[in-house]
Amino acid sequence: MQYLLSGITTGSIYAIVAIGFNIIYNTTGIINFAQGEFLMLGGMISISLCSVMPLPLAIALAVAVTAAVGYCIELLFVRWIHNPTVLRMVVMTIGISILIREIALHVWDEKVRSLPYFTGNEVTSVSILGARISPQILWVLGTCALIVVLLNLFYGRTLLGKAMRACSANRMAASLCGINAGRMVTVSFMLSAAIGALAGCVISPMTQTQYDCGTSLAIKGFTAAIFGGLGSSSGAVIAGLLIGVIEAVSISVLPLAYKDAVTLTLLLLILVVRPSGLFGSREAGALKEF
Amino acid sequence: MKRFVAIGALAAAVIALHLLFAAAGAEYLLVQLTMAAYYALVVIGLCLLMGYAGQISLGHAAFFALGGYTAAVLSTNSFTQLMGAPALERLVHWGLVTAGTDAYGAAAHQVPVWLSLPLAVAAAAAVALVIGIPVLKLKGHYLAMATLGFGTILYRIFLGTRLFGEADGISSVRPCALLPGLTIGGDTALRTQNYYFAWALVLLAMVLSLNIVSSRAGRALRSIHGSEEAAAAMGVNTARYKLYVFILSAVFAAVGGFFMTHFNGGIGPAEAGIMKSVRYVAIVAVGGMANLWGSLLIGVLLNFLSLRGIFGSYDDAVFGALLVFIMALAPDGILRREFLHRIMRVRIRWPFSK
Repeated sequence: MQYLLSGITTGSIYAIVAIGFNIIYNTTGIINFAQGEFLMLGGMISISLCSVMPLPLAIALAVAVTAAVGYCIELLFVRWIHNPTVLRMVVMTIGISILIREIALHVWDEKVRSLPYFTGNEVTSVSILGARISPQILWVLGTCALIVVLLNLFYGRTLLGKAMRACSANRMAASLCGINAGRMVTVSFMLSAAIGALAGCVISPMTQTQYDCGTSLAIKGFTAAIFGGLGSSSGAVIAGLLIGVIEAVSISVLPLAYKDAVTLTLLLLILVVRPSGLFGSREAGALKEF
Repeated sequence: MKRFVAIGALAAAVIALHLLFAAAGAEYLLVQLTMAAYYALVVIGLCLLMGYAGQISLGHAAFFALGGYTAAVLSTNSFTQLMGAPALERLVHWGLVTAGTDAYGAAAHQVPVWLSLPLAVAAAAAVALVIGIPVLKLKGHYLAMATLGFGTILYRIFLGTRLFGEADGISSVRPCALLPGLTIGGDTALRTQNYYFAWALVLLAMVLSLNIVSSRAGRALRSIHGSEEAAAAMGVNTARYKLYVFILSAVFAAVGGFFMTHFNGGIGPAEAGIMKSVRYVAIVAVGGMANLWGSLLIGVLLNFLSLRGIFGSYDDAVFGALLVFIMALAPDGILRREFLHRIMRVRIRWPFSK
């Protein structure tokens, strides 16, 4: 039970990262390798702000600042490149992620930091179904669930959300209907950065934040995104939780040092056996370039 | 003919640099140039794979480390305790293991270099084969992530396994005597011969790569880069060519790692890290993707500067910035005529013209 819960907690974070990948992938066809850095930035900024203002305000500001960073990335590196090759965008977003990481290293140094627990402290625990867990786990799960629900509402009910979906379905047709496709790309970058930052804030008390914590989160989030079928939100959530649980179980069997290797082996297996993902349809997969 | 002139020019440049440094009394710079040459082997291989065949690999540092760790494990792990005396004697009799001393002077048995080098190459080739067959079917993001994942797996294995020294890596690797009068090691007395040996390897790799590029195989690789479907339709066995070039580049990397480890006297897990792999990709990108000479030049230059510590704590940031700006402004590299033209134009109409 304890393993399962900790697996679900980390898994829900992977799911959020995977959703972040999907948001940008759907509107642009780009995999943003700097996705993990948004989590790191969110965590770091809120930690710095936390000393001068109350926690909720600090988190809100951190999310806003990270969204602004997402906007800048789109403005500086994505907007004016027409018909980029995949290789070019992969290499470029990797470069961006390195830059963000290095800037963070020089701003916040190498120290491991963390936000204070939202309620209680390290030792408070609530007992659910016989397992004693930290209330922070509930915060993480709650936030992730909230993000998923809100995103669904956003995409399903609001005009902006519908416009974004239209763009991902067919960019040309969406433009013809009067949707500003370029702006949708901007929004997707900001949205993805904001979600990442929020996730980075809620996990910070438990997993702690360091300048280079984004990379492994990004890789696992990507695994979840692929596993669930690239572009599919509900697939990402299920796959993220699944990966979290698999990882938690692997720790109890294998040495901790191999934890990442297990997830990555899973990634390779998925890519080889079924690149369209667990829930991606084969027909849709056949149309995509793998 | 042009090729021979270029190779000759490279050889002349190698000798000229040696004489220059010797005359300036700065022979210690040869050490970094030697190391830069070993890294250049990785870059040459990756240039073939990425620039010509158009297949990205974000895990090439793992092959370098694989070669290096093979060298380190086979030359530091004493077989004296590992095996019973009779088995050991038989191995010694066959010449598969030689008696010697370890770095502390104690008696130890090591695998001789004529066996450990082929083993390193074979290990890299085998891993490349096993990984390459499934992974090279992927394209774009998927290939990038798969190779990144593969690199990270090997990195984690090097980092977490006792045999590979965990986070400390393996140090006190003995110099290896390759030929009479040629020993690969970091000793000051060996500096010049190591420098020439490393660059001889680079020359060899360049000759081989240039020949591949301008042969039938090279044309096949470029056709794959252009369009895999079209290449396949023209009768190119795309899967096989991609696999060949992947294995070849892995072998180049492993050879570089092998000699680098003997030269440095050790290897650590950082050599297999993602940042190293990204760095190789950055170098090939800056050098102009399908441009062996450009990649070699940029690779040696950047690695030399980096090893000299010019970039200080901004080392990784420099490579990250290079990646971003090269990809944004000059995706074909900076050593291209079009790019230089564009810079000229920008400068001329910068202030007022519309």
